Amino acid sequence: MENTTTSARERLVKSNKNKSNGELRGKMIVTLSAIIMITATVAITVFLATKGLQAFLVNGVSPIEFLTSTDWNPTDEGNPKFGAFPFIYGSLAVTLLSALIAAPIGIGAAIFMTEIAPAWGRKILQPVIELLVGIPSVVYGFIGLTVLVPFIRNQFDGIGYSLLAGTIVLSVMILPTITTIATDAMGTLPRNLREGSYALGATRWQTIRKVLVPAALPSLLTAIVLGMARAFGEALAVQMVIGNSRAIPSSILDTSATLTSIITLNMGYTTYGSVENNTLWSMGLILLIISFVFILIIRYLSSRRRI
Amino acid sequence: MNSRVADRIATGVLIGLATIIVVLLVGLFSYILAKGIPNISWSFLTSPSSTVQAGGGIRDQLFNSFYILFITMLITVPLGVLGGIYMAEYAQPGKITHFIRSCIEMLASLPSIVVGMFGLLIFVNTIGWGYTIIGGALALTIFNIPVMVRVSEDAVRSVPSEQKEASLALGITHWHTIKTVLIPAAFPGILTGAILASGRVFGEAAALLFTAGLSTPKLNYMNWNPFSETSPLNIFRPAETLSVHIWEINTQGIIPDVEEVANGASAVLVLSVLLFNLLARWLGSTIHKKITASK
Amino acid sequence: MKTPIATSEQKQSIPKKETDTILKVSNLSIFYGSNQAVKHATFDIDKNKVTALIGPSGCGKSTFLRSINRMNDLIPIARSEGEIMYEDVNILNKNINVVALRKEIGMVFQKPNPFPKSIYNNIAHALKFYGIQKKKVVDEIVEESLKKSALWDEVKDRLHESAFSLSGGQQQRLCIARTLAMKPNVLLLDEPSSALDPISNAKIEELILQLKDEFSIVIVTHNMQQASRISDKTAFFLNGDVVEYDRTETIFTNPSQQKTEDYISGRFG
Repeated sequence: MENTTTSARERLVKSNKNKSNGELRGKMIVTLSAIIMITATVAITVFLATKGLQAFLVNGVSPIEFLTSTDWNPTDEGNPKFGAFPFIYGSLAVTLLSALIAAPIGIGAAIFMTEIAPAWGRKILQPVIELLVGIPSVVYGFIGLTVLVPFIRNQFDGIGYSLLAGTIVLSVMILPTITTIATDAMGTLPRNLREGSYALGATRWQTIRKVLVPAALPSLLTAIVLGMARAFGEALAVQMVIGNSRAIPSSILDTSATLTSIITLNMGYTTYGSVENNTLWSMGLILLIISFVFILIIRYLSSRRRI
Repeated sequence: MNSRVADRIATGVLIGLATIIVVLLVGLFSYILAKGIPNISWSFLTSPSSTVQAGGGIRDQLFNSFYILFITMLITVPLGVLGGIYMAEYAQPGKITHFIRSCIEMLASLPSIVVGMFGLLIFVNTIGWGYTIIGGALALTIFNIPVMVRVSEDAVRSVPSEQKEASLALGITHWHTIKTVLIPAAFPGILTGAILASGRVFGEAAALLFTAGLSTPKLNYMNWNPFSETSPLNIFRPAETLSVHIWEINTQGIIPDVEEVANGASAVLVLSVLLFNLLARWLGSTIHKKITASK
Repeated sequence: MKTPIATSEQKQSIPKKETDTILKVSNLSIFYGSNQAVKHATFDIDKNKVTALIGPSGCGKSTFLRSINRMNDLIPIARSEGEIMYEDVNILNKNINVVALRKEIGMVFQKPNPFPKSIYNNIAHALKFYGIQKKKVVDEIVEESLKKSALWDEVKDRLHESAFSLSGGQQQRLCIARTLAMKPNVLLLDEPSSALDPISNAKIEELILQLKDEFSIVIVTHNMQQASRISDKTAFFLNGDVVEYDRTETIFTNPSQQKTEDYISGRFG
């Protein structure tokens, strides 16, 4: 045998002679990639927070006014106003309304796939949903602009650009998110839940309503929250159809604006470093904070799921 | 109400809801393709876009889209695969791993416009590159990295543990086992995931608006010197992608044939994404068959 | 390896040939979290012999086997106490280079687990890692190991086909071959034929008997006939205890412990 000449101590005990450099190098490379991800996250948070606070700390815009005032008139020479409430309101409105439309359809389709037609329903709907995800948001915005806006204009009074148009476009966009996660949630429910209920003579609908949906509720809510997070952060598609006005809409047929649409629209037209530009960064910071909040809600929901 | 009747009604409603989704997709796709395909021609794909007149094409935008995608994946894939390997093979359960997971989760949930703003702040203004392909690609990397990490981690974890044990039991180091056993076995999953992610990156616009810009310099496709200003390969030039172009001509453009161009560009965009999807499925199943083939 | 003349073993009345010890296990305990899977195992494993570990499922025999080449390191909650002396080192020591250790103490698993590569590359895989690149040398080692594992005649014309094209028994012999290519001193076999049909099983047993001239073999088996056919010594494990360890003949014909007799005669397990 080849090992005869040296003792086991020499062969097997770790020493500089037999240590593997490749092993260490490999570990360093993958650890580095993890560090890059941490750095990116921290950098995004720190830089956007610093920049987003400048309007308040450097330019002296009142944070209270920014968050609550409805008066947005940043270009007024003498007395510029920085009330971003209409945009916060607009963002929340489209987010909630689109969730209101997409959640029943998405969850309904999920229940259809898992409870009514598990065999073929999934086979058809799964690829359909994947394709819906694949349509880029500008295309949704463009179709909204060329089909939905004229349609609303013809059906109702007004110019067509509206909260309603933004809501519908977003509903379609978040539908795949909600459906996918809801389907997973329903699909992973234990079998005996269904069997137990059917054994008691309950109909399928009773089983769904009284047993399955309550059992999957935290996951279904997670699906809705993730959909809302996507709606809240979506920029271009909304901006293309919502009309981007400064006032709080009084009906869903009114034009409106969201934080994202105002950022999209004005970032390129304001001077970097100006007060108006800085308030756009403050809006970006709000987006960042809200996306943290969505994560926390999802965490909370998933902790409830384990119990 | 009779419970049986309620059951019937509910079933009907659920079927109706599922049908809405199918109808929606079929409607959207047929609309995009029916409106768009008549506008797609060889000259549409190969002539430069116009800023004022009708009849412009999408040559540069199409090239930019693919080029930014390429650069993005060049950065994202290695980083994402290594990150996935870290999570699957090296991460010890504990606070640090939990923190890294939180970071990935946060990156994944960032609105793409916020990613674009970060790119604007860092690459465009602080570093001072201005609007560049590399700035856009780095923004898209941030947007894409959580997906790649998750895909790679799942793929590495799904390699049967017997494979790993077999290699370790032969006296092969962990890292060499990762390189020669785990990565090859996880490759189909990683590839499929990367192509699907490509589709998402290809259609992304909000993150590019403020990083790669809304314009493209005059390009000379014969100039392959990546440091030349007119070279399409120059990564330090602004580059408007196809999806940004659709947004731009609709909201700020003045060309008279907005709808025709946007229709054509949308169809190209959707067909490309569709192609990525089909390619991913096809490659995934082909490689899977090849590796597990018993004959 | 030079064989010093055995002295201490002779008084244990192991007759005929002089026997040398390859592994000296003393007071070995293995824990999974708070659960003790092996309790104070103490016995010597002979060089160039086949040692069988028998016992009902969950008795700790596989855990014991996996500790000999430190495969338990892969399980984060596993830890061990006591020692396994291999020549002049305790292989459970922290300072042991497990990679070098596993090269000398090879392992074959219950389920055949060839790599998704060609037959040839299944064997060349580890050789490449150890820097053996020359095609001629690799070719030689591949042939030699396949011959040793009695697979050569069956696969010599299709070395570059996928290892998955082999039958289960052939796959397992390939796994043995790729371990033999590392020229280990000890071969650990974890129920190597339990997943195979009787004919493949017989081939593996035949192979084990041939290999013991060159390697020290420790085999975990559920199959008591197998243990009695191929092993020189047998250890009977029960609930983590080594109830009895003796010459296989003695264990099967005249065990000293009642529990062993009960198990052998099929009263439980």
